[in-house]
Amino acid sequence: MVAADRIYLREAPAKLLPAPVASTGVVGWVRANLFSSPGNIALTIICAALIVWIVPPLLRFFFFDAVWSGADREACLPSAQNPEPGACWAFIRAWSSYFTYGFYPLGERWRVDLFFFLLAFGIAWLAWLGAPRRDIGAIYFFIVLPILSYVLLSGVPIIGLPDVPTSLWGGILVTIVVATVGIVASLPLGILLALGRRSEMPAVRLFSVTFIEFVRGVPLITVLFMASVMLPLFVPDRLAPDKLVRALIGVALFASAYMAEVVRGGLLSIPRGQYEAAQALALPYWRMMALVILPQALRVTLPNIVNTFIGLFKDTTLVFIVGIFDFLRTIEAARGDPHWATPITSVTGYAFAAVFYFVCCYGMSRYSRNVEARLARAHRR
Amino acid sequence: MTNPSSGTDGEKTGWAVEISALNKWYGDFHVLRDINLTVARGERIVICGPSGGGKSTMLRCINRLEDWQRGRVVVDGKDLTDDPKQILAVRRDVGMVFQQFNLFPHLTVLENCTLAPIWVRHMPKKDAEELAMRFLRRVRIPEQAQKYPVRLSGGQQQRVAIARALCMSPNIMLFDEPTSALDPEMVKEVLDTMVELAGDGITMLVVTHEMGFARQVADRIIFMAEGQIVEINEPKAFFEHPQHERTRLFLQQILH
Amino acid sequence: MSKMLQLPLRSRQQWASIALQAALVVVIGGLAYGAFINAADNLAKAHIASGFRFWDNTAGFDISQTLIGYSPSTSTFGRAFWVGLLNTLLVASLGIVLATALGFTIGIARLSRNWLVARLAGGYVELIRNVPLLLQILFWYNAVLKSLPDLHSSISISGGAFLNNRGLFLPRPEFADKFDYVAAALVFGIVATLAVRIWARRRQERTGQPPRTLSFAFGLIVVLPLLVFFAAGAPLSFSFPEVGRFNIRGGTEILPEFAALLVALTIYTAAFIAEVVRAGILAVSQGQTEAAQALGLRSGSTLRLVVVPQAMRVIVPPLTSQYLNLIKNSSLAVAIGYPDLVQVFAGSVLNITGQAVEVIAITMAVYLFLSLVTSLLMNLYGRTVGIVER
Repeated sequence: MVAADRIYLREAPAKLLPAPVASTGVVGWVRANLFSSPGNIALTIICAALIVWIVPPLLRFFFFDAVWSGADREACLPSAQNPEPGACWAFIRAWSSYFTYGFYPLGERWRVDLFFFLLAFGIAWLAWLGAPRRDIGAIYFFIVLPILSYVLLSGVPIIGLPDVPTSLWGGILVTIVVATVGIVASLPLGILLALGRRSEMPAVRLFSVTFIEFVRGVPLITVLFMASVMLPLFVPDRLAPDKLVRALIGVALFASAYMAEVVRGGLLSIPRGQYEAAQALALPYWRMMALVILPQALRVTLPNIVNTFIGLFKDTTLVFIVGIFDFLRTIEAARGDPHWATPITSVTGYAFAAVFYFVCCYGMSRYSRNVEARLARAHRR
Repeated sequence: MTNPSSGTDGEKTGWAVEISALNKWYGDFHVLRDINLTVARGERIVICGPSGGGKSTMLRCINRLEDWQRGRVVVDGKDLTDDPKQILAVRRDVGMVFQQFNLFPHLTVLENCTLAPIWVRHMPKKDAEELAMRFLRRVRIPEQAQKYPVRLSGGQQQRVAIARALCMSPNIMLFDEPTSALDPEMVKEVLDTMVELAGDGITMLVVTHEMGFARQVADRIIFMAEGQIVEINEPKAFFEHPQHERTRLFLQQILH
Repeated sequence: MSKMLQLPLRSRQQWASIALQAALVVVIGGLAYGAFINAADNLAKAHIASGFRFWDNTAGFDISQTLIGYSPSTSTFGRAFWVGLLNTLLVASLGIVLATALGFTIGIARLSRNWLVARLAGGYVELIRNVPLLLQILFWYNAVLKSLPDLHSSISISGGAFLNNRGLFLPRPEFADKFDYVAAALVFGIVATLAVRIWARRRQERTGQPPRTLSFAFGLIVVLPLLVFFAAGAPLSFSFPEVGRFNIRGGTEILPEFAALLVALTIYTAAFIAEVVRAGILAVSQGQTEAAQALGLRSGSTLRLVVVPQAMRVIVPPLTSQYLNLIKNSSLAVAIGYPDLVQVFAGSVLNITGQAVEVIAITMAVYLFLSLVTSLLMNLYGRTVGIVER
């Protein structure tokens, strides 16, 4: 037997056998992923217990025991049919238009709706990587849309759109406005700052580095304080911008410093050869940047840009602290309404706000991960 | 070497490696199909075949970097079961060299070599360093001892990896495509080192496409395809009279 | 390339560059000058003083949590600044410790082979990261802590603690003189443990015996002080909080503002740290683990000697920026009235003195300084975990 083994020739191919049941299919999966060792079994049991402990009460709160309709707090108080009422969605419904528009005049709210639509259109155009003429989309988003939105929301009496002072704006409208202004302003400013930081001109570089590092070293709330308290001091009385504009300036400056670092990361990832090739073609600096470097840099760093937007979107809640009625602030205001004062009103309000922010941010992060996966695939090819 | 009563019913086998009826699946994919192989002590085996044929997987079963669903692997008389002690005992005496070198980038060349002697063999640091320097001299890079691996060329890194494995004074050495990740001009320096090693009488199992090396060093050559051992033969016969159609096809492709 | 072609081009570019830089300097200088003139004008009109003389004036407002002596009637604005700063440091440093512990746990759990553990940890990260921190702080404060029962129906926790909507009231330890011996024993234990570790490492180098110092450490740090404690006649008593008619007497109090901020900061930052840790561990290739295992290293040694040192080098830089974020985010305290630097100084002090420029400048300078110090410390640590190669 031993000698025979030394030299060997396979006469017939070995049979292709199905894998043993214990290692494939549902059984194999469960064994490998949940019960592979005593420690693993213990972990599985603990986690299962945790899920049983958390999930059913949450489901009861959000759905089964929730109060879906009602005129006032009575509906959401414990009663015979519903001794432990869950979320008071009736409260959200009663206040929903306030959460969306703030005190924007009733008759003019179509303007806000139109703004939402125009914005959604622009976002879809830019976010869909296969959309036609995305360069026009960019012009639309960064130039046309801001002007259009300003005209729509703020109003121009001459063309029949009455003025709506920003003190009446509120809710999701303000949150979206702050986020959009932050995004629209921070991307170009961030690109300029990033280029400035890599510039060969010492004054430009010094200014860019100082600005970026200063803003990134302090909390947003102090930047907002600065914008809301100090800005009015720095300009003549009659030019003093209104409260919302001040907060917008603060947010835009803050976001552009973070965007600059993200863009810089993208620029760093472009190989030297690309610069050299562009220079060899005698392209002047701005042409080289606009035609060769930036398109590539922004493309590879798109996931990071979206992640910065997510951070910015969450950070818009801070304008609350300087007295702007954003979405979170309207929740805070509404939950204090005595008509709806119940033990669960606050929790309901926060849960609703959390769902709103979660859906927006999670959506963006899924998008950014998709782009990342696409880029990785394109890279491998 | 004495042999504790292992799975072979107390009977000491003379084999360095004994694989019987080994079957392995990745999910539903049957990667190793009915592998039977015995390797004598001191024998030098070269394993070749098309990629995806299960060569590396089989090699990695020998120190149980891969586990399997059916069959049995006995290394140096030690039956490789799920018992972690048994696995550690086998790994201590089996050296391995990887395609991607897998040197530890946070340790110097010398520290790479002394890590296992110190923490596994409980050797005093000084002795471990002397040992490491001896093997670094053998692979002819003692002057790089204080450098970090990234400072070294691919060929040098792979020679360090060989020295690192030798520092554990293994009875068996496994080479998993040791030259495939190297630039062509560095292949030779690594192969030379391996040829020298072959002269020492250590048991070697080498997965490689370097047919010159196989001809020069191997006692037997194994041809694997589609998860099966197709043919085993001595080098002369293997190259001059390949028996199996599949082997002939493969040799034509890589020799011409 | 020919020099003749380049020269005129170069010099034209140089002129353009100088002109651009000069324009930048002029614009920024002009803006600064205009801002200064306007500010002086506006401040004079509003009769607001300038300069830092307010620092030594009496503050006259109360602060709910003070780590150093402070009285509203006699203490100065300067004192209030230090009180606020210390409160910021307290919540930030505790937050960093807790968030690190929780974040590492969750980051490792996300990589668990146990599907359920990995999924739960993943769910935690996704949920927490995508909800604004401010909302989470408000939730913990208003929806959880403020909805606890009031004083008279306080929840009593075994061990003599009370929990109600005014905070958590814990027994306050009171140390007798002899407790000094226990403290001394503890210090001795720690020093001795370090010494034993060094000795064990030396012995390993000499004889090859692996260092096994865990039981030594336990004996020296836990058992020895306990023995001294009982030998000295248990020199420790507690002042227990008692529910009175209007308030709680005795004991020590943890403000709900503090608790809400700390919990929210910890939970939020931990989600980000978990991602950092996960990425760091994933950055160590499978081949590294395999190489260590092939050498016969146990899985514990593989982790300690091969995986962790490499992962830490990837983890430290982004971990630093998470710490910086936590410090900066602690300023959200102002939303729920925890008396941190921003709430006390950029809030109360600014409102009373009206000296916005000075107050905001000082506040920003403090955060810049904290950021700088943290980066510096983490750089030092980064050097000890060895970012040598590459």
